[in-house]
Amino acid sequence: MDRSIAVWVSAALALVVLIALPLGWLGWLSVSGEHGVTLAHYRDAFADPALQKALWNTIVLAFWVGLVSVAIGAPLAWLTARTDVPARGLIRGLVLASFVTPPFLGAFAWVMLAGPNAGILNTFWRSLTGADTPLLNIFTMPGLIFVVAIYTFPYVYIMVANTLALIASDLEEAAAILGAGRLTVARTVTLPMVLPALASGFILAVLQALALFGSPAILALPAGFHTVTTQIWSLFQFPPKIEQAAAFSVPLLLATALLLDVQKRLLGRRGYAAVGAKGGQRRTIALGPWRWPALAACLVVMSGAIFLPYAMLAKGAFSRAWAQPLSRDNFTLGNFAFTFFEYGSTRAAIVNTLELAVLTACIGAAMVALLSYVTNRRLVVGHQLVAFLVLAPVVVPGVVLAVGLFIAYTRPPFVLYGTLWILFLAYLTKEMPVGYAQADATFRAIPADLEDAGRVLGAGRLRILRDVTAPLAKSGIIAAWCFIFIGVIRELSASILLFTPSTKVMSVVIFDLKEEGQFGAISVLGLVMLALTFATVALVQAALGRDVLGARR
Amino acid sequence: MTRRFMGPALAVVALLAGLVGGGQAQTASKHLDGARKEGKVVWYTSLVLPSAEKVAKLFEAAYPDVKVEVHRTGSQRILQRVMQEMQANIKNVDVIHTSDAGHYVFLKEKKLLAKYTPVGVDAFPAGFKDKDGYYYGLRATVNAIAYNTKTVSAAEAPKTWKDLLDPKWKGKMVTAHPGYSGVIATHVLALVHLHGWDYFKALAQNKLMIVQSANDPATVVSSGERVVAVNGGDYSAYQLKKKGNPVEIIYPKEGVPLVVSPTAITAWAPHPNAARLFTDFTFTREVQQVMADSEGLYTGHPDVTYPADKPKLNELKLLTVTPEELEKRNEEIKKRFVEFFGA
Repeated sequence: MDRSIAVWVSAALALVVLIALPLGWLGWLSVSGEHGVTLAHYRDAFADPALQKALWNTIVLAFWVGLVSVAIGAPLAWLTARTDVPARGLIRGLVLASFVTPPFLGAFAWVMLAGPNAGILNTFWRSLTGADTPLLNIFTMPGLIFVVAIYTFPYVYIMVANTLALIASDLEEAAAILGAGRLTVARTVTLPMVLPALASGFILAVLQALALFGSPAILALPAGFHTVTTQIWSLFQFPPKIEQAAAFSVPLLLATALLLDVQKRLLGRRGYAAVGAKGGQRRTIALGPWRWPALAACLVVMSGAIFLPYAMLAKGAFSRAWAQPLSRDNFTLGNFAFTFFEYGSTRAAIVNTLELAVLTACIGAAMVALLSYVTNRRLVVGHQLVAFLVLAPVVVPGVVLAVGLFIAYTRPPFVLYGTLWILFLAYLTKEMPVGYAQADATFRAIPADLEDAGRVLGAGRLRILRDVTAPLAKSGIIAAWCFIFIGVIRELSASILLFTPSTKVMSVVIFDLKEEGQFGAISVLGLVMLALTFATVALVQAALGRDVLGARR
Repeated sequence: MTRRFMGPALAVVALLAGLVGGGQAQTASKHLDGARKEGKVVWYTSLVLPSAEKVAKLFEAAYPDVKVEVHRTGSQRILQRVMQEMQANIKNVDVIHTSDAGHYVFLKEKKLLAKYTPVGVDAFPAGFKDKDGYYYGLRATVNAIAYNTKTVSAAEAPKTWKDLLDPKWKGKMVTAHPGYSGVIATHVLALVHLHGWDYFKALAQNKLMIVQSANDPATVVSSGERVVAVNGGDYSAYQLKKKGNPVEIIYPKEGVPLVVSPTAITAWAPHPNAARLFTDFTFTREVQQVMADSEGLYTGHPDVTYPADKPKLNELKLLTVTPEELEKRNEEIKKRFVEFFGA
C-alpha cells in the first residue's frame, strides 16, 4: 500500500506540473477580466472576422487533409499488405520516411519546388509546354492541403495496414466461393472490416492538421491567410493579447478531445471476431498486369513526399541561387560554411536541441517504462486512471500546450521561461503518450508467467525485474526512447512560443531563417535534421528487429 | 507638422554637408578592462543576418577577449522578445538594435534604456540622435522598388509607387510585413502620409505575396518567384545585384521612405562595459564604412564614402517620419495592413 502512495504522489505531482498547471492557467486566463470572470475574451476572439476566417480555414484544411490522407494511405496500405506489388519493403520504408520527415521541412522544400513562378517544377513545366500559367501554386489552400497530407497519410497507412495484417483471408474467400465478384468482396467484406481503422486514421490525420503550425506559417501566410495555430502565434506579437490567445486555444483543445473520443469509440466497437484472431491465412492477391502500374503509382506519391523535397533541400544546400540550375558557377559550399562557422546561433541551437532530446528521451523513457510496468502488472490501486492520465496530453495541440506553459511559467511561483526547462516540460508532456503507447505494447507482450516462474524459483521482485523483465523489455524501451527523441528534434509548434534567444532550438532557428529568406542555410540545417532523424530511426529498427510502422501509435 | 519633419530634414542637410570630425577606432577604450571581465555582449539586432555576423566578427577580431552573441530577427519580434523577457524578469540582452525608431520612444518612456552617448556621434546629423541621449542611429536605408531584369525590361518597370497599382502586376509582386519589420512599418507610414491608406487598399487588389523580413522581397524577386518588390531595404537588393543576381533598383521620384535604425543599451544590461565597448565600436568610421561599402547601407558618419553605383542620399527625395508618430501609430499600421492583405 505504501508503494502505491509513493507512485501516486509522484504521478500526481508530475501531472500537476505538466498538465494541470498550464491548462488551468490557460482556462483561467481565458475568462479572467479586470473585474472578475468574463466572457469578453471569447467574444473578442470569435467576433473578430479575421479570427473567424482563421477558424474556418483550419476546418477546411483539417477536413481535406483527412480525406486526402485516406485516399493515399488506404490504397498504399492495401497494396503493401495484401497484394504482390513489387518492392513492398521499399514502399514501406518510404512511408516510414515520410512519417518521420518534419512537415515544416517538407513545406519549405515545396516552396522551392512549386512556388508559382520560380518553383523548379513550374519552370520545367513552362519550358516544356510554353504555358504562361504555373502547373502548381503551392501558396494556396489546395497547395497547403497537399503538403500537409503527404506527411500525414502515414497515420492512415499504419492503422489500415496493421488491421489488414490481422484480417484473415477466409472471409473474403468464403464470399468469393459464394459467387461474389472481386469488387463485391472488397465492398461487402473487406471494407466493413477495415472501416473502423479507416475512420480512425482519418481522425488522426485531422488532428495532425489541426495542430500543425509550421506548414501553414510557411505556405498560408505568404498567400494572405491564417489558420488557428498561426493566429494564436501572432496574438503573442507585441503588444501581446495572451487572454485572447487563451480563449482561442480552448476550442482547439475541445475539438481535439472530442475527435479522440470518437476515435476511441470507433476502435472500441471493432467487434468482428475475425480481426485480431491469429489463425487463418492471409493470401496475397495477384495484381497480374497491374503490378507495375501500381508500383509506379506508389512511387509517384512518394516522390511528392520524399524524392523531390529531399533532392530540393540538397540542391538548396549546395547552390548559390536555388532557383538556378546547379551549374559549376552556381555550386558552393558557402552555405555550409556560413551555417556552421559564421552563424553563431547554429551551434548553440544544435547543442540545445540535442541536450533537450537526450534529456527528454531518457527521462521520458524511464517514466513510461515505469508507468507502463505499473499499469500492466496492476501494481497500484487505480492503475487504469494512471494509464488514462499518461495518455491525456495527446488531446493538447502543441501550440495550446505552449500557451498554457507560457502563462504558467512566466510568473511566480515557477519562472521557467527563459530556461531550457520550459521546453523540456513541453516536450516531455507532448511525447509522453507516444512513448507510453510503445512501452505499454512492450510489457503487454511479456507474459506475466515468466515473472511468476522466477518468483516460484525464489527470486525477489527486483531480481526478477533485472534478470527476466528488463532483458525482454529492453528493445521496446529503446524504441520508446527513439520515438521521443525524434519527436523532440522536429518539434516546432510549442517551441516557437516558448523559446528565448538564449534557448533556441534547431526548428526555431530554421523558422527564423525562413522569415528572413535565407534559403541556403535552411537547406543545410534541414539536411542535418534529417540526418539526425534517420540515424535515430536506424537505431530503432536495429533495437526492434523490425520496421517502426508495425508499432501502433 | 512642419516642425515634426524639421529634425530629419536637418539631419539630411547635415549629412549632405558632410561635416568632418568624429571618432577613430579606439582600441584603447576605458570600457575595455570591464568588458574583458564580462567576456561577452548580447546583441539583439534586426540587421540582416550575414551583415550582423560580419559586424560581430569584426568586433571579435578587434577585441578577442569579448565575444558577441548575435540574435537576429525582425524589429517587431525583437521588441516582443525584450518585453517577454522583461515580464519574466530575464536579464539577457545588452544592446538592442532595430529599424523601428518608435520602439525607442516606447522603451525610453518605460525607462528600459540606459543613457549612453557613443564616442564620435557628436558629428552625426541630428536625425541620428535622440535629444535625451538614449539612442543613436547606427545605420540607415531607404525603401525602394526592385524588379527582376530577366522578366521585366527597364522600360516596362514601375517608376513610381503609384505605378504599382497597375493591374498588369496582379499576382506578380511581393511585399514584406510591418508586423515583422521596422523598415516596412516606417515605409507604410511614410506612404500613408504621401498617398493615404487608400493606396494600400488599392495595392492589395493586386494580390501580393506576403513575406516577413524587409530583406526577403529582394531575394524573392531575384529568384524570379515574383517580378516586382513593392518595398524592402534598398541595401538587400543592392547586395544581391552586386552578387550578379538579375535585380535592378528603382528609387521612385515621389520620394523614398528613409529608415534610420537606432541602437541603445538596455537599463539592465548584464554586460554594461562590453555593451559600451561594442556600441562605440559599431560607430567607428571603419565599421560604418564597412556598412556602406559591402552592405550598401547609409550611415550618419560624416567621413564615410559610398559606392559609386549607389545614389547618394542627397540625390534622393527622402520621406521621413518621426519616431514619436511611428510609436503612436504602430498598432494602426499593423492592423490595417493585415486587414488589407489578409495575414
